[in-house]
This record gives sequence, C-alpha cells and structure tokens, in this order.
Amino acid sequence: MADIRLIEVKEEILADNDKLAGEIRERLRAKKIFMLNLMASPGGGKTSLIIETLRGLKDSVRTAVIEGDIDSIVDAEKVVQEGVPAVQLRTGGACHLDAVMVEMALREMDLDALDLIIVENIGNLVCPAEFDTGAVRNVMILSVPEGDDKPLKYPLMFTVCDALVVNKIDYLAIADFDMKVLKERVLKLNPKIRIFETSCRTGEGISAWIEWLKDEVMNFKK
Amino acid sequence: MHELPVTEDILKVVLRHAEEARAGKVISVSLRIGELSDIIDEWLQRYFDYLSKGTLAEGATLRVERMPVIFRCEGCGESFRVKIREVKDIVCPACGEGKATFVSGREFFIKNIEVI
Repeated sequence: MADIRLIEVKEEILADNDKLAGEIRERLRAKKIFMLNLMASPGGGKTSLIIETLRGLKDSVRTAVIEGDIDSIVDAEKVVQEGVPAVQLRTGGACHLDAVMVEMALREMDLDALDLIIVENIGNLVCPAEFDTGAVRNVMILSVPEGDDKPLKYPLMFTVCDALVVNKIDYLAIADFDMKVLKERVLKLNPKIRIFETSCRTGEGISAWIEWLKDEVMNFKK
Repeated sequence: MHELPVTEDILKVVLRHAEEARAGKVISVSLRIGELSDIIDEWLQRYFDYLSKGTLAEGATLRVERMPVIFRCEGCGESFRVKIREVKDIVCPACGEGKATFVSGREFFIKNIEVI
C-alpha cells in the first residue's frame, strides 16, 4: 500500500479573491477614486440611501454606482433616473459580490470621470462579509425593524464595516428597538465603527452621513 | 450560504498542491475556520464531493478545525473565549469588565492535505 504523505498548504481559502481585491484597490487609488461597499439585508434601505446620497453629493462629487442584484435591474434604473451612471451586475443566484464581479463592472465604467463608486452589494448580512470587493470602505445598513439583536446574529458583518447606518429611525416609536443596547453591542465587536442614525423617508440624519462620506472622499483624493 | 464558491476555491488550491507533489490521490484536506464564519461544514463536504468528481481529490474527506472567537478585556487584559452565537453580552470572566476588543476568530485557511 502506498504511503500517505502530508503536504503543508498554508494558504488562505480566499487568496485569489483577496489578491484581485488588492489590485483593484491599488488601481483605484492611483486614479484617486474612492470605492465604497454598501451592505444590508434585503429591504434595509440600500437603494434609498444611495439615492439620498447621490442627491446630496451631486454638485460636489462625481459618482457612479455598481448595482448587485440576484436577478433584476430595477435598482439600476432608479440610479440612472438621478442622472448618475450605473452598472448592473446580475449574479444569477450568487449571494454576494466578489472582486471578480466588481472588476467586470469597472471595465464598463469611465474611470477618468469619477471620484466615488458606490457598490450596492446583494441584500444579505452573511456572505458579503466574507468577500473583499476592493473597496476602501465597507458600510452596512441596519434598519430598525430588523431588531437590535443583529450584532449577535451576524457578528462578522459588524466587524468588517467602517461605518454603520441605522436606517428607518422613524420606526423607533413603534419598534421594540433599544438604540443604546445596539450601540453597545456594535462597539464591542468593532470599537472603531462610525454609527449614523437616519431615516431615508423623513430625511432625518442624512446630512451627517453625507458630510462624513464627502470628507472621506475628499481626504482620500488629497 | 456561500459554501459553493468557497468550495471551488478550496478545490483549486488542493488540486494545485496535489499536482505539484505528483500525488495519485488526495485522502483528506484540513481546514482552519473561525467560529465567526457562517460556513456549514456538512455543506462544504457535499459541495466538495460534487465538484471533485473525476479529479485527484474525488472522495477526499474535509477536516474542519473550528477556531474559537477570542476577545481581550480592556480592563485587566485577560483574553477569553466567547461563544458568539450563544451570548447576549460580552463580559470578561476574570474581572467582570464590559469593555472588550475582538482578537481572533475569522480564520479561513487551508492547513494541509494528505495524499498518496
């Protein structure tokens, strides 16, 4: 009988994706384009926040959007109505965007005419957390109706994000949602995370989010 | 949920190493995955069995070593394990301090393979 040999592999499982994501980051850095990866559950308000953000930035930051969606183009159509270029990635069932898909979208974009690219990831708090897209900032939305226990259920997502937007705060009066407890839970997993409280419906808190993003983009371009 | 693309990546790395070593067959693959990952071991194996058909790795067993989630207390500096899906709050078992920072538990790594 043949001898069993042990071969040391010692490789990250997602090494190929991480390498391509690093290359994308370098390429966009050379062109001074800030790429933001926006993640949330389905219905958390990703598209609504993007629309509000585009309106807030339209006179100061040249923006484009990469829309990830399992099988539709409705979100991209809403973005284009705002006069902003959008590339739709239909993943055909995949539950997240990865660096290869983002690279495909970038090939369709005029990178010399942009300061900011917003990637709207697939609606899901699990899988997108594992895959580096090449963005320089990861942002997640948690909407009030989802509950303040989500950091306990999806801890990885909260550890990989630079900012958390708590959206739909107009629901706070009727929801069993404790903002103080949520913040404690989130800051424990990730002490450096920035937290914004917004309602895309009433417009409350949106300007603080937009100011932060604008500062991040401007500092990046320096 | 994303076990399929992850399994494709695992198989790719395994086959590359098996071919470099001129192996006849892969017997097992040892992985190290942090408890923060939502990967389900049973699905990894099912997808691996499906994807590896007709390759050197057909029939190989995946062995997953789960790495615990570790936090460090900001009060006394003690490192402690957190069963992240069971706890409601993260509190240092040594001093009862509520402030702690995340140390490890996100590993996603192929350790080694056994071949003949």
